[in-house]
Amino acid sequence: MLRYTVRRLLQLVLVLLVLSLLLFVWLRSLPGGTVTAMLGDRATPEKRLELEAVLGLDQPLIVQYFKFLGRVLQGNFGESTAVAPGSSALEVFGDRFPATIELAIGAMLFALILGIPLGYLAARRRGGIVDNAGVVVSLLGIAVPVFFLAYVLKFVFAVKLGWLPPSGRQSPDIDATRVTNFFILDGIMTREWDASWDAVEHLILPSIALGTIPFAVIFRITRSSVLEVQHEDFIRTAEAKGLQRGTIRNRHVLRNAMLPVVTVTGLQAGALLAGAVLTEKVFAYPGLGEATSIAFTRKDYPVLQLLILASAATFVIINLVVDLLYAVIDPRIRVR
Amino acid sequence: MTMSMAACASSDRDNATSSSNAAPATSASGGSSAVETSSGGTGEGSASATSSSGGGGETDQTFIFGAAGAPSMFDPLYATDGETFRVTRQMSEGLVGFKAGTADVEPLLAESWESSEDGLTWTFKVRQGVKFADGTDLDAEAVCYNFERMYSQTEAGATQAQYWSDTMGGFKGSSTPSLYKSCEATDAASAVITLTRYTSKFPAILGLPSFSIQSPKALDEYDANDVKAVGDSFEYPAYATEHPTGTGPFTFDSYDTANNTVTLVRNEDYWGEKAKVAQLIFKIIPDETARKQELQAGTIDGYDLPNPADWQGLTDEGFNVAVRPAFNILYLGIDQKNNPALQDLKVRQAIAYALNREEFVTSQLPEGAQVALEYYPDTVDGYTTDVEKYDYDPEKAKALLAEAGQANLTLNFWWPTEVSRPYMPDPKAVFTAFKADLEDVGITVNETSKPWNGGYLDGVDGRQPDLFLLGWTGDYNTPDNFIGTFFSDPTSRFSTEDAPWGTTLSEELATADSEPDDTKRNDLYVALNKKLMAEYLPAIPISHSPPAIVVASTVQGLVPSPLTDEKFMTVFKSE
Repeated sequence: MLRYTVRRLLQLVLVLLVLSLLLFVWLRSLPGGTVTAMLGDRATPEKRLELEAVLGLDQPLIVQYFKFLGRVLQGNFGESTAVAPGSSALEVFGDRFPATIELAIGAMLFALILGIPLGYLAARRRGGIVDNAGVVVSLLGIAVPVFFLAYVLKFVFAVKLGWLPPSGRQSPDIDATRVTNFFILDGIMTREWDASWDAVEHLILPSIALGTIPFAVIFRITRSSVLEVQHEDFIRTAEAKGLQRGTIRNRHVLRNAMLPVVTVTGLQAGALLAGAVLTEKVFAYPGLGEATSIAFTRKDYPVLQLLILASAATFVIINLVVDLLYAVIDPRIRVR
Repeated sequence: MTMSMAACASSDRDNATSSSNAAPATSASGGSSAVETSSGGTGEGSASATSSSGGGGETDQTFIFGAAGAPSMFDPLYATDGETFRVTRQMSEGLVGFKAGTADVEPLLAESWESSEDGLTWTFKVRQGVKFADGTDLDAEAVCYNFERMYSQTEAGATQAQYWSDTMGGFKGSSTPSLYKSCEATDAASAVITLTRYTSKFPAILGLPSFSIQSPKALDEYDANDVKAVGDSFEYPAYATEHPTGTGPFTFDSYDTANNTVTLVRNEDYWGEKAKVAQLIFKIIPDETARKQELQAGTIDGYDLPNPADWQGLTDEGFNVAVRPAFNILYLGIDQKNNPALQDLKVRQAIAYALNREEFVTSQLPEGAQVALEYYPDTVDGYTTDVEKYDYDPEKAKALLAEAGQANLTLNFWWPTEVSRPYMPDPKAVFTAFKADLEDVGITVNETSKPWNGGYLDGVDGRQPDLFLLGWTGDYNTPDNFIGTFFSDPTSRFSTEDAPWGTTLSEELATADSEPDDTKRNDLYVALNKKLMAEYLPAIPISHSPPAIVVASTVQGLVPSPLTDEKFMTVFKSE
């Protein structure tokens, strides 16, 4: 088991190394770049050369890569040039990772809190108002592009009605203490309730925008799963035994119908991080997605490299954990 | 020579003081007010962006401004971008400033100045009673400490101090000659700056945010010069990220990187009239639509560079779109390298006659935009209407092309995507209009479009296009800041090195810049402008386009500046 784990960890290191090399070379083969971005309107050939020399960008790419690798091994991914200049790429990650997690949790809560009860209700009263409306809404939810929905939500509820803030993570004039950079949690920890509530208000619209697709998927799975389960033999048996309706619904139908819902929820949660790019951009929400989009357009290579490597590492690690769990469950996998 | 100018500017300022209300007399000059009306502006300052009269004194209000990007850091010496300067110019000041609403120089931390006859020695009378935000005194020693610091930049610091190298040349010990020679504090109130040669841009350049005077104590304490190059980027010292310390009306409070906000607070010990709002917050909102909607939702009080397409709508909704005087130029660049036909003046003139600039300006640019007669706007010295004008004349263009034997000319025309510049709100519209004009006179146009920093700038610098679109916004009001920047270096983006007159032009510019006599210098620039348009024509000047800044209807006291040099200390909100 230990050898298996070590082997897999080495594989992880290899994957990240290869990826970092590809990423490094690919980014630098794109037109434009750090120097152009930094010099902008003031570029002259001499200035360009001077800046390249100071940054070591005149050296062969492979030399630059190994220097980069050397710094990364010391935990230095470089300084942000566009997303938050003056902060290191790691600090940018530390600021923005909690933001995206908060948003993903918000979106999942929206999807689950609405999706499961409505799906269940739709199945129980098949063909009724809830069912028909739910099916239409969930179809729309899947069909309408996230950014369009985000714009509409923002326009109606923030700009026109003024019920909720249009963008950002927290009102700028709120004097909040930062502890973990999870704003809601920070407010609770420091008992700054208004800061927490303000952060919640900022999360509502983006969460709905980002949570709509998961909502639609969870609604439909719950509905069809409940429909399926309620005609199973064991339900009929339960009914024949004379069990109360409530007991049958809660203990037998719901519990059994939830199994596929749990699986789908897991898949949707994973997909949220990718979808966050558009939602965060529309709501100017300072999370990883917005950072990625700024870093890419404005050639903030240090931040871009870290974000891509981090998401790759997360993916690889999750796979590793899953495989290790399988190995625990099924000893045959360990042998190979 | 320049004494009179200083005296004049000084009296302007004193006039402003006497006419403004309730300025606490804290300094020797009577605590001159920074509040001035925009009536002296060069362009059409918005009617509602007027003086603070009637606005009362200090308030406990917070002014929130939507910024399009994160500031690079807060030490203006190392900055070149507008988002950084927008923040630092609220916190720090230079020896000279720019009169509100104009690009004209006025005294700021120096009450007055005089120069020797040859223009090499400049004595600045440093305003007394001024304190830095850390409580230390501003005096001539502090001024010289700053100049020596700027001059002594090395390595990474030197590459980052771009405004110094642009305007002053080299640093201490470098092979590039420097305009700056020395600074000496002859007494507490007199800083004597010596130059190596006369230049028309001095002292105007001292108004650039990069030349702000900062606290020597804080610069020392927080290792201000410790800039390091790390891979693709730079690491800045604590001074630049957490402890910027100037003499301005606001002081640094915090930069919340997790929430993307920079907070400044009123400097209660400010030497002049204190800021009206207690807190000034910059909220970074990179998406333009998001900025507009935040303003509409009332969560911010203003933002910069609203899209001209939105001006009318925003005005209709009751917002105050304050239009700045146009202090910029859009030009059609011509690179002669890949297409020998372009080396012929007749061909370049044909292109100029072919473009319907009048039509383009009226149909595509915001109100107040003008066709450019030469390479800078009419508020700059040396401007003349007596130049070769190139009014739209397709027949003449065809005739010139035929005369040059280029009736079947093909040109590679580049335009940038994913960008909007103050002088060029919509690059595609410019390209589309001019492509049609060029085709009308029989020129075949090959189109290339690339993202601004995704190949466009690199392509232009790599000299791939024949024609390209670029522009410039002035930093200060001298001809050298425009045509000097463009043509002094024959290897710049205009690539005049390929033209037989490229070096001559460069020398002519140097001669004009180093002429100390105001009248003679003006004449030299007038002559140069005529020559540039009639004989050289290295590019086609297109237009001067006024950029805007927008604020909520309740916001008072904002003076739009042609240099984007808006000072928020005069701003407040009516109830």
